[in-house]
Amino acid sequence: MKQTGENYEEISTEDLKRLSKQAEKEAAPSAGRIIWNEFKADRPALIALVIVVAFILFVVIASLFINTSKMMETNILDYFDAPFKDGFLLGADAGGRSIAQQLIVGSRNSIGIALGLTVISSTFGIAWGLISGYFGGFVDWGMQRVYDFMMMLPMTMMIIVIVTIINNYNAVTLTLIFSCFYWLGTSRLIRSRTLAESKKDYVAASITSGTNPWKIIFREVMPNISSLIIVDTTLSFAENIGVETGLSYLGFGLPAQTPSLGTLIANANDPNNITEYWWTWFPAALEIIILCLAISYIGQVARRAADSSQRKSNK
Amino acid sequence: MWKTILRRILIMIPEIIILSIIVFLLAKAMPGDPFTGSINPRAGVAQIHHLMEVNGLYDPWYQQYWNWVVHLFHGNLGESYQYNEPVTRIIGQRAVNTLWLSLFTVVLTYLIALPMGIYAGRHEGKLPDTVIRFYTYVTYCIPFFVILVLGIWIFGYVLGWFPTTGSVSPTANGTFATIGSRFYHMLLPGILGALFGTVNIVQYLRSEVVDAKSSDYVRTARAKGVPINDIYRHHIFRNSLLPIAAFAGYSITGLLNGAIFTESVFSYPGMGLLFVNSISYRDYTVITALVLLFGILNIFGTLLSDIILSIVDPRIRIE
Repeated sequence: MKQTGENYEEISTEDLKRLSKQAEKEAAPSAGRIIWNEFKADRPALIALVIVVAFILFVVIASLFINTSKMMETNILDYFDAPFKDGFLLGADAGGRSIAQQLIVGSRNSIGIALGLTVISSTFGIAWGLISGYFGGFVDWGMQRVYDFMMMLPMTMMIIVIVTIINNYNAVTLTLIFSCFYWLGTSRLIRSRTLAESKKDYVAASITSGTNPWKIIFREVMPNISSLIIVDTTLSFAENIGVETGLSYLGFGLPAQTPSLGTLIANANDPNNITEYWWTWFPAALEIIILCLAISYIGQVARRAADSSQRKSNK
Repeated sequence: MWKTILRRILIMIPEIIILSIIVFLLAKAMPGDPFTGSINPRAGVAQIHHLMEVNGLYDPWYQQYWNWVVHLFHGNLGESYQYNEPVTRIIGQRAVNTLWLSLFTVVLTYLIALPMGIYAGRHEGKLPDTVIRFYTYVTYCIPFFVILVLGIWIFGYVLGWFPTTGSVSPTANGTFATIGSRFYHMLLPGILGALFGTVNIVQYLRSEVVDAKSSDYVRTARAKGVPINDIYRHHIFRNSLLPIAAFAGYSITGLLNGAIFTESVFSYPGMGLLFVNSISYRDYTVITALVLLFGILNIFGTLLSDIILSIVDPRIRIE
């Protein structure tokens, strides 16, 4: 390269700055930029985004001011207090514990686990899909057999069995156990996209010029499918909220003394509670529904942004 | 095509072996052993040790695994501690209930999803399509157990239209009354499962129809003057029916996973509820048998779907 370089005239630094600025302007906007434009074009999506972010912030900050062990103390005088009675905003449960406080701490726990699960399982799934799709051949075959096998496992049952075997588990181990099973969907999606992507010219050019395959995978292919990754991560976050809450609902998730949205809904298992003391479980159910709808609506908008023919901001 | 099916079945064998090893090791990892519970003044610790030795519980794990597999092939899955009955009999009784409920749900799902998918594909981009897509989006992202709880609350308790526990009412006498009562108990969980399980079929069928609309055979049929309704009914629907039918195998996996929630909420005595109860009672023989059974059912469900798909769609056949 050096020998040929002498044939060109030197470019002054000012010109270089001007040229790179011009190139930046003309280049296609980044994935984050496109998604942000799409949100600005779609008012309900922006509202959903603000609601979700504000709600998560509120729950995290408010739960700092709640003394969890004091909150979980039984107080028989407040047995099934109705909402707005004795200063309970959302009433109390069978142990006289405030539903509103449990809802805040429970939301923090449930959302936290869902977030952790999304981060761990998506990272793993993305790496798995990229490697499997990029290398192809024997590597891909082997990794796909592992994938097929994992798909066969009765997931919910396996998780419940593992949770019963491990005696001392907490939120972190629970998240890790879930992560072992919930990376499958992401990996399949990323793999099929990587398969198509790695046939493109820029990858072939990179291979010819001798770039390290890992560099091609994570520095070249991955940024090119980043919009897909953002969409998939958002949508799986919405799904993952149902994972922990579902198991906690059955009684195999978080331990009984740790409130979760699932354990709150489990109050509905008692035929008396479900009709007479509806406030013990209904707010949690409503919250899950609203949260899941809002997050996956955000995901839908991100998906629309990823597909240039569907964008609203273009019109 | 036979090659594909053969390869597919060959891949299945190591899958089943690995599954059985994992299930066996999980069962070993569970606390407790089959004899400690029977310690009494006459049978002391020494005798328990003797029993453990005679029954091969001190053998290395691969030998124990081998014994377990041999028992498995003789149809011997051990005895349940909770019911003191052979596991096969207990699961047999519950399996019938789960089977009927799953079958009912699948049939209902197809009845709802097929017209929806075709309608959405036919009116692509118009109002009905938007409504159906909104419906699939809503049903897809809400966790299923929340829907079940809300459903049993509104239709079971508040309105009182449907029973809230069991699979048959104890007062039902005679064959017809029993069948009617069984059906009545399946109705609400079945409808909820079907209404909220249509996403995959609707989306697949919709995109099939959208693709078919611009394909050559449809254009030829229209040029010949075939009425548009007939094209949809006979040409497009026929073409997309088989791949859709293949989804039935995959949906077994989903339904079995969902059965744990459905049966818990509705106290419906099937295999899912049996599993949850066995976990609470630490009834390990039943748990092991159920995990193995569900795994094998999943494997066969997927096998079925893969075979149907490979017959229908030559592109999928393994090289």
